[in-house]
Amino acid sequence: MNSTIAMITFRSMLGRRRALLLFVLPGVLLLLALILRLTNTSDLDVDTTVLQRFALGAVLPLLALIAGTGVIGPEIDDGQIMYILTKPIPRQVVILTKLMVAIVLVTLFAAVPTLLAGLILGAPAGLTPAFTVGVLVGGVAYASVFVALGVMSRNAVTIGLLYALVWESLFGNFAPGAKKASILQWALSVTDSLTEASTVKAAVSLPTALILLVVVSLAATVLASVRLRSLTVASAE
Amino acid sequence: MTEIRLRDVSRWYGNVVAVNGVTMTIGPGVTGLLGPNGAGKSTLIHMMGGFLSPSSGSVTLDDEPIWQNPGIYPKLGLVPERESAYDFLTGKQFILAMAKLHKLAEPGRAAERAIAQVEMDQAADRTIGTYSKGMKQRIKMASALVHDPPVLLLDEPFNGMDPRQRLHLMDLIRRMAAEGRTILFSSHILEEVERLAGHIEVIIAGRHAASGDFREIRRLMTDRPHRFRVRSGDDRALAAAIIADGSARGVELTPDGLSVEASDFGRFTWLLPRLARDAGVRLWEVVPADESLESVFSYLVAR
Repeated sequence: MNSTIAMITFRSMLGRRRALLLFVLPGVLLLLALILRLTNTSDLDVDTTVLQRFALGAVLPLLALIAGTGVIGPEIDDGQIMYILTKPIPRQVVILTKLMVAIVLVTLFAAVPTLLAGLILGAPAGLTPAFTVGVLVGGVAYASVFVALGVMSRNAVTIGLLYALVWESLFGNFAPGAKKASILQWALSVTDSLTEASTVKAAVSLPTALILLVVVSLAATVLASVRLRSLTVASAE
Repeated sequence: MTEIRLRDVSRWYGNVVAVNGVTMTIGPGVTGLLGPNGAGKSTLIHMMGGFLSPSSGSVTLDDEPIWQNPGIYPKLGLVPERESAYDFLTGKQFILAMAKLHKLAEPGRAAERAIAQVEMDQAADRTIGTYSKGMKQRIKMASALVHDPPVLLLDEPFNGMDPRQRLHLMDLIRRMAAEGRTILFSSHILEEVERLAGHIEVIIAGRHAASGDFREIRRLMTDRPHRFRVRSGDDRALAAAIIADGSARGVELTPDGLSVEASDFGRFTWLLPRLARDAGVRLWEVVPADESLESVFSYLVAR
């Protein structure tokens, strides 16, 4: 961890117009929860749908995508990464710092809003803490994968969107096998184990989910460090 | 003494060879890396800066490999060509951050010193986004100097600068060199290199075309057959006079006038007006036909 890199990364993430994107999705989530609460339409089914489909299924992957790729991708594209890489700092420290920033952002803009939405809804059966933990755990895995994507590809955002929307959402509905290879489902499995609500059903068992979450996060982080070591800056010529 | 050494370095991208078998040693003082755009200068500097692996050969700093070796950066300062620094930071914050990333003992003092060296004290509290091109170049320079490295690499440092900024930066680079640093800068403009560099390396189409001090390179570049286009009152009479005098290798009559290949640039330009006067021919136009740097370079390559 390097506090200087963290400071620069936070400022670049929160100081640009893109930062507005970070506020929009959680804002909509909280607004939705508030409307449901005020109109008295929330029950177990509705609460589960909001927390699972919207908080875990949409806010989390998109926020993790913005944060994960945003902490490093633009810096590589614009060449400022040179100012960090021309320092005697081990590359894994750079990656771990970037990842930490992404995780903090996901916590602030996905996990905390999930907690607040659950509280506003007054969700029963321990749904609120269960989904908050699910979002947190899924957030770490998503952030690791998207940071790695940001290092490896100039098209990280597109690839990430394809993964989150096409693979996890679309394919998951058609092919049950695809459902199992999805960070979303692993996170849901953690949530499932923390609530007795019958409305939450995960496709993967808890031990499998935990192992996969840890393995994928570690593998992505190692891969990102290795790739950063051999980062080739696009020649101007 | 700090030296960057390239041994038989090549770099290719797929089928395209960007740098081809270059061997050179860059020692203390100012070295200019001269070549037309696309010759492979940036590729070379990126390899020296550790941002590109040589496809073959070795690039070392005092016998340590540069590629995948962040341990060399205390000895190396790099000023990239790309303009973008962290635009949202002030100059001072940026340099201080660089000092801290270098883990210097007194980052605050080092930052102050580097900012003073490039004379940016006045603007240090403004964000970099508000800087002019020349100021950005200077703050980038400060970021490369903050840890007082013995080696400085500058990629096209004068690009887009106005003449005053150019002079200022030249002064700065000279001062840095006078302190015993090894400085390499790239440029595609002969005059820039000539005014600044004690030693010149010429790169053309990825090859190491020439190496030496600037007088030598200058001579190589001017002692070559020069082609002129000449229009006059009587092209035929003038052609006869030029051929008879012997200062030209060939004269061709074209519909647009004469195309003359002079064997000696200095002598021919001095002689032509006299020849014309003696032959009673009025000169209308004398235009060098191949003065672009690219043609100078292509001559050097063909030599």
